[in-house]
Amino acid sequence: MNRVNAFRLLVVIAAIAALEALCLAGLIDKITMQPPHLIARDLGRLLVSGRMNGAIAKTLTNTVLALVLALGVGVIAGALLHRRRALRDTLDPLFATYYAVPVFAFYPFFIVVFGLGDIPQILIAFLLGVVAMIVNMLNGLDRVPSVLLKTARVLKLSPVDTALRVTLPSAGPYLLTGIKLAVAYAFIGVIGSEFILSRGGIGYEISFAYTSFDNATMYPLIVLILLASIVINGVLSRWERRLLVRRGMQ
Amino acid sequence: MSPARRAGLLRSLALIAALIGLWQAVYWWVGDIALASPLATVRYAARMIASGDLGPHLYDTMRAFVIAFVFSVGIGLAVGFWLGFQRLAGDTLEPMIVAIYAIPKLTLYPILLLAFGLGLSAKVAFGVLHGVIPIVLFTFAAVRNTKPILIKTGRVLKLSPGQTVRWILFPAAVPEIFTGLRVGFSLTLIGTLLAEMFASQRGLGYLLMTGIGLHNVEQILAVTLLIVVFAAAVSVLLLHLDHRLHRRG
Repeated sequence: MNRVNAFRLLVVIAAIAALEALCLAGLIDKITMQPPHLIARDLGRLLVSGRMNGAIAKTLTNTVLALVLALGVGVIAGALLHRRRALRDTLDPLFATYYAVPVFAFYPFFIVVFGLGDIPQILIAFLLGVVAMIVNMLNGLDRVPSVLLKTARVLKLSPVDTALRVTLPSAGPYLLTGIKLAVAYAFIGVIGSEFILSRGGIGYEISFAYTSFDNATMYPLIVLILLASIVINGVLSRWERRLLVRRGMQ
Repeated sequence: MSPARRAGLLRSLALIAALIGLWQAVYWWVGDIALASPLATVRYAARMIASGDLGPHLYDTMRAFVIAFVFSVGIGLAVGFWLGFQRLAGDTLEPMIVAIYAIPKLTLYPILLLAFGLGLSAKVAFGVLHGVIPIVLFTFAAVRNTKPILIKTGRVLKLSPGQTVRWILFPAAVPEIFTGLRVGFSLTLIGTLLAEMFASQRGLGYLLMTGIGLHNVEQILAVTLLIVVFAAAVSVLLLHLDHRLHRRG
């Protein structure tokens, strides 16, 4: 595994070095892209100056709001649907085709209904994330061994105890998959809609910098988003793998 | 028609009816300024199709989409098979590709615009960027999960790498690869449409954005409806084929 990690690091370093070389050699001109070391320097300056703090805070707030909504609704809806077989069968085709539909296509409509504020962005991010959570919640509940549920019944556990001590631990890894997806989708939803049309946030700042040819702002912000999503995804994936290993599922 | 299948069809119809009912209810709630009724939207869409206003935009979107999908499939299968074969390359790169999958790719659009310029190539590149990753990941997983005995048989029969792919890996991996193609199809379409929403003078995504600019609710909804119906219809068809392939395998 260590060899693999070393190779991974090597690939990243090689990619950055290649970009650096291409930029310095002038094969990628300055208007298209700055060399990576300048991007890193600009990112440092941008963060130290605090110029983007407002935008970052706004994006994070909206993402977290959308995420909390998506997780809450997803868990509750999943739990309810698990008990209503007919309803679940009816909604199944909707879930199966859901991610084939470009949810962003509804963004214009939400803007018309709710105005150009935070609500349309949160709604888009929520809509993107919630179905992943519902589907994985259902998946998790399906995988709870029925012998454990019977044991809980024999031991006369209350519904709350059953949920906390039996269902949650068994369904945990699947829930985490749902959470991981919902986090990614919430991020994509908020930043994407900021980018399409909005009045603030990191996505807005990127599109603003792009339209004003401000590469010294645009590239650092893009790198910031890439780093943030890669780190969050990495942490959740590692946790997920640990849970799976502990349950002997991998 | 078997009873199970008829029940499934009935449920699908009920779902569609419920969605249309929901739309109509929301329309009564928010009114004409924000929303058009289902009937008015369908009428507007029919008018757009009949008058020929939609034709050129649809053609533009479809052209970009088809080119993008061809690239996604070609690159996705090649990279997927390569990663599946080369254990070290696969172990090294797979988590990195998964990480790229979770990135809000919309923010990369300015870079693509700078690199490819405004127009078809940027749209295609953006479609490929979205669509290629699931195809790579599913193909990779499919090749990795091929039963070792099949590959050993190939080695015993002294098949070349090309022959191994053609006669052993590909047939064994088809169901999984098809799932990848199905997901890749949707994401390529989404990528192409998103690209059109920012920087283009034609296409369905462009129509959506002009709809916002002109505050033409009927246009926004009619285009959204066309996109959703197309995406959902193709997806249902692919899903059906997908299930059949998996059952056979």
